[in-house]
Amino acid sequence: MLVKEFIHIFRDPKMKAVIFLVPVIQSMIFGYAVTTDVKHVATAVFDLDNSQASRELVARFVRSGYFDVVARVQNEGQVRVLLDRGRARAVLRFNQGFEREMLAGRTARLQVLLDGADSNSAGIVLEYSARIAAEFSRTVLIERSARLAGAFRPPGGVDLQARAWFNENLESRNFYVPGVIAILVMLITLMLTSMAVVREKEVGTMEQILVTPITPGEFIAGKTLPFALIGFVDVIVITAIAVFWFEVPIRGNLLLLFLATALYLMTTLGIGLFISTISQTQQQAMMSTFFFYMPAILLSGFIFPIANMPESIQWLTYLNPLRYFLIVIRGIFLKGIGISVLWPQLLALAVMGLLTLRAAAGRFHKTMA
Amino acid sequence: MNSPGTAVVVRDLEKRFGDFVAVNRVSFEVKRGEIFGFLGPNGAGKSTTIRMLCGILIPSGGAGTVAGLDILTRQEEIKANIGYMSQKFSLYEDLTVEENIDFYSGIYRIPAEKKQARKEWVLQMAGLKEHLHSRTGTLSGGWKQRLSLGCAILHEPPVIFLDEPTSGVDPISRRQFWDLIYELAGKGVTVFVTTHYMDEAEYCDRIALIYRGELIAMGAPADLKTEKLREDSIAPSMEDLFVSLIEAHDRDARPQEEVRR
Ligand SMILES: Nc1ncnc2c1ncn2[C@@H]1O[C@H](COP(=O)(O)OP(=O)(O)OP(=O)(O)O)[C@@H](O)[C@H]1O
Ligand SMILES: [Mg+2]
Repeated sequence: MLVKEFIHIFRDPKMKAVIFLVPVIQSMIFGYAVTTDVKHVATAVFDLDNSQASRELVARFVRSGYFDVVARVQNEGQVRVLLDRGRARAVLRFNQGFEREMLAGRTARLQVLLDGADSNSAGIVLEYSARIAAEFSRTVLIERSARLAGAFRPPGGVDLQARAWFNENLESRNFYVPGVIAILVMLITLMLTSMAVVREKEVGTMEQILVTPITPGEFIAGKTLPFALIGFVDVIVITAIAVFWFEVPIRGNLLLLFLATALYLMTTLGIGLFISTISQTQQQAMMSTFFFYMPAILLSGFIFPIANMPESIQWLTYLNPLRYFLIVIRGIFLKGIGISVLWPQLLALAVMGLLTLRAAAGRFHKTMA
Repeated sequence: MNSPGTAVVVRDLEKRFGDFVAVNRVSFEVKRGEIFGFLGPNGAGKSTTIRMLCGILIPSGGAGTVAGLDILTRQEEIKANIGYMSQKFSLYEDLTVEENIDFYSGIYRIPAEKKQARKEWVLQMAGLKEHLHSRTGTLSGGWKQRLSLGCAILHEPPVIFLDEPTSGVDPISRRQFWDLIYELAGKGVTVFVTTHYMDEAEYCDRIALIYRGELIAMGAPADLKTEKLREDSIAPSMEDLFVSLIEAHDRDARPQEEVRR
């Protein structure tokens, strides 16, 4: 049974591609694409003041690395066009008299116009702008008070020095790439197992198998172990890409990662098998797989933090194996935490894995219809 | 019901799919070493009956034994004692001939020391020696059928069920296939075979005609013909025999149906 499943897989060139090429390509693409870091925001400058102060402030924006000046515009109409076409995602607007106001000791206004369609990045851009502007005014203040020759000591002010632990530079890639391992492996193992049984039903070989003394346990083992092995190889391949190509640090124990992977694969294989026992055709199996897969990703914390979800939905996420595995894999990669912290997740995966495999085995009868 | 001379016994075997009665209270016996032909038009319930005997469909009613084992309670033991060839070709087409044989040896738990001998026996029987490493999907129809049969009897079962084993196969391959069936029967294997081909019916020791789930005639082909000869006094072909039996059955059944409505 085992040998046969391997032959099936390796004899089908398309299958081979799915199993080994797809994870490599996808992890590459995801690794580059899945990042919420906002850098090099295309910025247009609409400077009606054209003074030393305004130029200095623009220079600070550019130096921060977050903004690239892509255009200088002269009128409102051009601003609109740039934002509409998406050529610029932020516009810095200085009204006439920006410097004069400042020199007069009043608050000068800098307007930042944002493309808010992507509200997430817009928020981040806004925050950067606020920081840069605040810093600018602080230095101006200090300079000015210095000029007043000690008559006035600048107020101390609070300098926020945020330091993110575990992922020091807040590189979102470090956060997402381990997650990509989890979702890709889930997709591959789900697809393979759900197809494996249904294909036999469709081709008619299932009927022949049913009329043999094979036990359900043997059958299930034959249909899961090869895919478990493939899942493992895929995890190793993608982990290698993550570490050596994307230079995602891996701080925790690799063995623990493999243990967690084994438990996680039990759940995905169990679900895949379950799907294949309730489906009659490959299309049905495919549909059911996606029915499960999409919510599983959305409700896993892969993209949207679970803590931001409504409470009822948060409860739902406890049923999602991906949720636990994400915590584990991110924990191992980024925090280097061990079993003493991660045991609840591992336990949850183990329980779910056993339950789903049992459910699948229970659904598998050696009779038809 | 369990006399040592019978391989298959069924009493009032019935299968319903919802309201539809696919097999309607069928009773028959098949003796050991007999070639028993199961005939009937499409949708008559042949495959359904075989599936119940093989333990992959649960009967809605009735009782029966196969190789002395109860079909309602000992399906798994039955599976170890029968060979089955389903109506659809159902070996793995992407596997080679040898891999298919090895796979079935594995799931039939052929002891390691016998594996090689059984494999050679099958290859010899099916005439597939030169095709050992061919993909099964590339074989022609006759070879596929013989290989299926070979895989179904790797474990030397005393009873084999063949569901339309020769459909879609050329006449010469069919003849070769029947030679194999005779060879097996000669060794004491019971062969339960369904077919549409009337000439094949003549090769059987005994035949049963099933129509719309009901058993409408049973006996040795020659006896059935003699009976018919007595009515019509012209020597009928097998085909004539069946057509007239079915027509007679329809005549008898129709009034009843109307009463039921
Ligand atoms: N799983 C099922 N659900 C509902 N109806 C079924 C099922 N299996 C078979 N049938 C119906 O039962 C009837 C008998 O089917 P069966 O396959 O036994 O016929 P058959 O005699 O083998 O015909 P053929 O010569 O076409 O193979 C058919 O009308 C078929 O549609
Ligand atoms: Mg049939």
